[in-house]
Amino acid sequence: MTDTASGPLVTVADLQVGYVRRRRTVPAVRGVTLSVARGETVALVGESGSGKSTIANTLIGLLPDNARVTGGSVTVHPGDLGDPGGVGRPDRAVEVVGARERTLRGLRGRVISLVPQDPMVGLNPTRRIGPQVAEGIRLRGVSGDRVGAEVLEFLAQAGIDDPELRARQYPHELSGGLRQRVLIAIALAGRPQLIIADEPTSALDVTVQRRILDHLEGLVRETGISLLIITHDLAVASDRSDRVIVLQNGEVVEQGNPRHILVSPRQDYTRRLIAAAPGLAHGGRIVPRFVVPAERVSTPDPVIRLENITKRYPLPGRQAGSFLAVDDVSLDVARGRTHALVGESGSGKTTTLRLALGLEKATSGRVLLDGVDITDLGWRETRPLRRKIQLVHQNPFASLDPRFTIGRSITEPLVAFGIGDRRTRRARAVALLDQVALPASYLDRLPAELSGGQRQRVAIARALALEPELVLLDEPVSALDVSVQEQILALLRDLQERLGLSYLFISHDLSVVAQISHTVTVLNRGRAVESGSVAEVFGSPESDYTRELIEAIPGQRSAALSAGAGVPLDV
Amino acid sequence: MTRYILGRFAQALGVLWAAYTVTFVVLYLLPSDPVALQLGAAGIETDKLSPAELHTAMARYGLDRPILEQYFSDLWGFLRGDLGESIAKQEPVTALLGERLGPTLTLTVTAGVLALLGGTALAYLASYVRWRPARLFLTRLPSFGASFPQFFIGLLLIQFLSFNLGLLPATGTYGWKSLVMPAITIAILAASQLAQVLMRSFDDTLSQPYVATARAKGLSRAAVQWHHGFRNALLPAMTILGILVGLTVTSAIVAETVFSRNGIGKLAQESVLAQDVPVVLAIVTIAAAIFVFVNLVVDLLYPLLDPRIVHGQRKAVA
Repeated sequence: MTDTASGPLVTVADLQVGYVRRRRTVPAVRGVTLSVARGETVALVGESGSGKSTIANTLIGLLPDNARVTGGSVTVHPGDLGDPGGVGRPDRAVEVVGARERTLRGLRGRVISLVPQDPMVGLNPTRRIGPQVAEGIRLRGVSGDRVGAEVLEFLAQAGIDDPELRARQYPHELSGGLRQRVLIAIALAGRPQLIIADEPTSALDVTVQRRILDHLEGLVRETGISLLIITHDLAVASDRSDRVIVLQNGEVVEQGNPRHILVSPRQDYTRRLIAAAPGLAHGGRIVPRFVVPAERVSTPDPVIRLENITKRYPLPGRQAGSFLAVDDVSLDVARGRTHALVGESGSGKTTTLRLALGLEKATSGRVLLDGVDITDLGWRETRPLRRKIQLVHQNPFASLDPRFTIGRSITEPLVAFGIGDRRTRRARAVALLDQVALPASYLDRLPAELSGGQRQRVAIARALALEPELVLLDEPVSALDVSVQEQILALLRDLQERLGLSYLFISHDLSVVAQISHTVTVLNRGRAVESGSVAEVFGSPESDYTRELIEAIPGQRSAALSAGAGVPLDV
Repeated sequence: MTRYILGRFAQALGVLWAAYTVTFVVLYLLPSDPVALQLGAAGIETDKLSPAELHTAMARYGLDRPILEQYFSDLWGFLRGDLGESIAKQEPVTALLGERLGPTLTLTVTAGVLALLGGTALAYLASYVRWRPARLFLTRLPSFGASFPQFFIGLLLIQFLSFNLGLLPATGTYGWKSLVMPAITIAILAASQLAQVLMRSFDDTLSQPYVATARAKGLSRAAVQWHHGFRNALLPAMTILGILVGLTVTSAIVAETVFSRNGIGKLAQESVLAQDVPVVLAIVTIAAAIFVFVNLVVDLLYPLLDPRIVHGQRKAVA
């Protein structure tokens, strides 16, 4: 299968796919032509709604019920599968469009397999890992003891330590990164010729993301499997692929070698994608937007100050022992500035945020809001202070009540604090929408009618309704496409300047942090390993952990390449 | 885990006590004179009694005591297994129940199993079938079944199976033949409700990303639904299992009346009509006990079906 000379593995010609909504077919893919050669890694890049996932689902025959292929063809050349009863004979071509379920089943797993988007929900929660991997192996006709042995082999191949233990565990006992590796093992189990990786790492921390992508790349090179990466992030795409295909509104706007596309993009759309990927914009280096002089890093009058905050959770099922979520962390958020809290999942970022918001009581340490010690205040006493401090959540798809109109969502804090009457609240809502650059006509819409970026704007407007001094931003852009991320960050910067807001910004992505923050604290396992101005911490990191986070930012290889730094593509 | 079970048992006892107390309060303290009501059940017309005779009659049934004393002595009796004496039938309630409990339990268990199998099979099939007309028919079936009054189903069954075809006896308490029609009558409603919940649950489950993962492996739809859909779809439906058992017990009253079966349901109906307070109180408490027991079993079954649930442990928040 390492023979790359025998023509393309998959050919897509003039593919057109639409979704039936209210008896009308809305086109999602409009005449896409592309091919994937054996052993080649191709990246499909585009924003949400560009049709990239629809193309992937068409290849593997898993389109939803309301999708219709209205034209074109998808041909797979599986070659010799080396077993009787399979779909394969040498030089045989299988047409996927309009194929019967039986034919498609023969292709799935065996010829084309899928690594799905979100590892947290991609595995059956009520079955152990072993049997879930074994299914794909059994479909190849393997049986008996051989199956168990192969399960361990594939788990090991996907980079999982201690596969015997993992095979006996349930998905919820594994971290996101491990689950993604299990999904890779499942994709490998059918010995496919093409793996489709649908946003394989966007739900993971940057460092985990890097390790997973490195691993996939290594596997592809060793085994000669072709890889189709679906992503919204041009930085990931150009780092990892032989060829980049840029999609917009269901059409291919540009394709070619990543270095050509990066150096001389022919389309405005591609240029926008490059500009939106923070890792690509500055030749792979993090260039902080704000530079704070060292003597101005500390401030005498912070909006909020955490002093030696510690939070312990008792461990379940045991009398002794506890889990130290936050360990002696101190930080200040200066007025009118942004302080970032950086770290991976489990580093204590979110717990720190909950402590600052007063949703959790610290085990020890103090929280001072505007110089007032709120550590020991009860719920009723902190309530008036809540007007000063507001929260924007990570996921705009979950943080808005789907049954509330936008207007109702935005005015809810006003109602809660009894501010104004119906008419003045509505006027305020219009003004707030205007601040986040949404038209007043959105007042009566429902969240379902809005895109992710628009929803996050609404969430920001809601947080601003009470004219807070401090806004806590919990990964506010990580659920959004890169191009939309940039717009939201620009909006946040603009609001800060106009309204004098202070932000506590939580993120695992350093390139995003550099776009908005003045100062930063890096958290690792509940401890603050480093803090200071962004320019200082990112420019000359003192701890290994910070260095690791910086190196994990995607786009560095290609960016270095396009900048002519001479770093070889294969690392 | 042991602590969890003990806690749940204590909770169950609390619920039982509450059910008993509420029933007691409803029966004794609501408008109308409880004494006249109960003596009336014994065939004594209070209006025609002299005060002395009334007093003797009240003493006979323990109705002359203060209400709280009645409550506590009845509660103490319950705890020892003495459910008092039926006023209308002049028999100990335990004896009455003992005689009627058997047929009712057979009926409800048969109906429950039928409903469980029927409802699950219907939902499973409805979400498996792809052919649109068949799918439409199967998915509409439960709302059809749930919207028929039970007595009407019972009467239809009697009309066809007994009167027209002469296959089964229309009435009776003993033998499996007498069990078929009442069991089906009860099961249709319970199965319909279960199927409605399960169908929605299957729809949700089969659109989960892990189902896409399973299909991408190349598994057949049958294998995907069996290995990845079924167990996960059952989880949300488990919660209504307790409610369904309650439904089955109450349906027994209708079914036993329609098919003239001598069971608790019929006894309940007779006792309510005759205003036989001790019997009603006992039946309500027993029904509550069954309800509480089933819910306890369901809660203990959860961790067996869903490995993510570990009772007695709180998850650490990271």
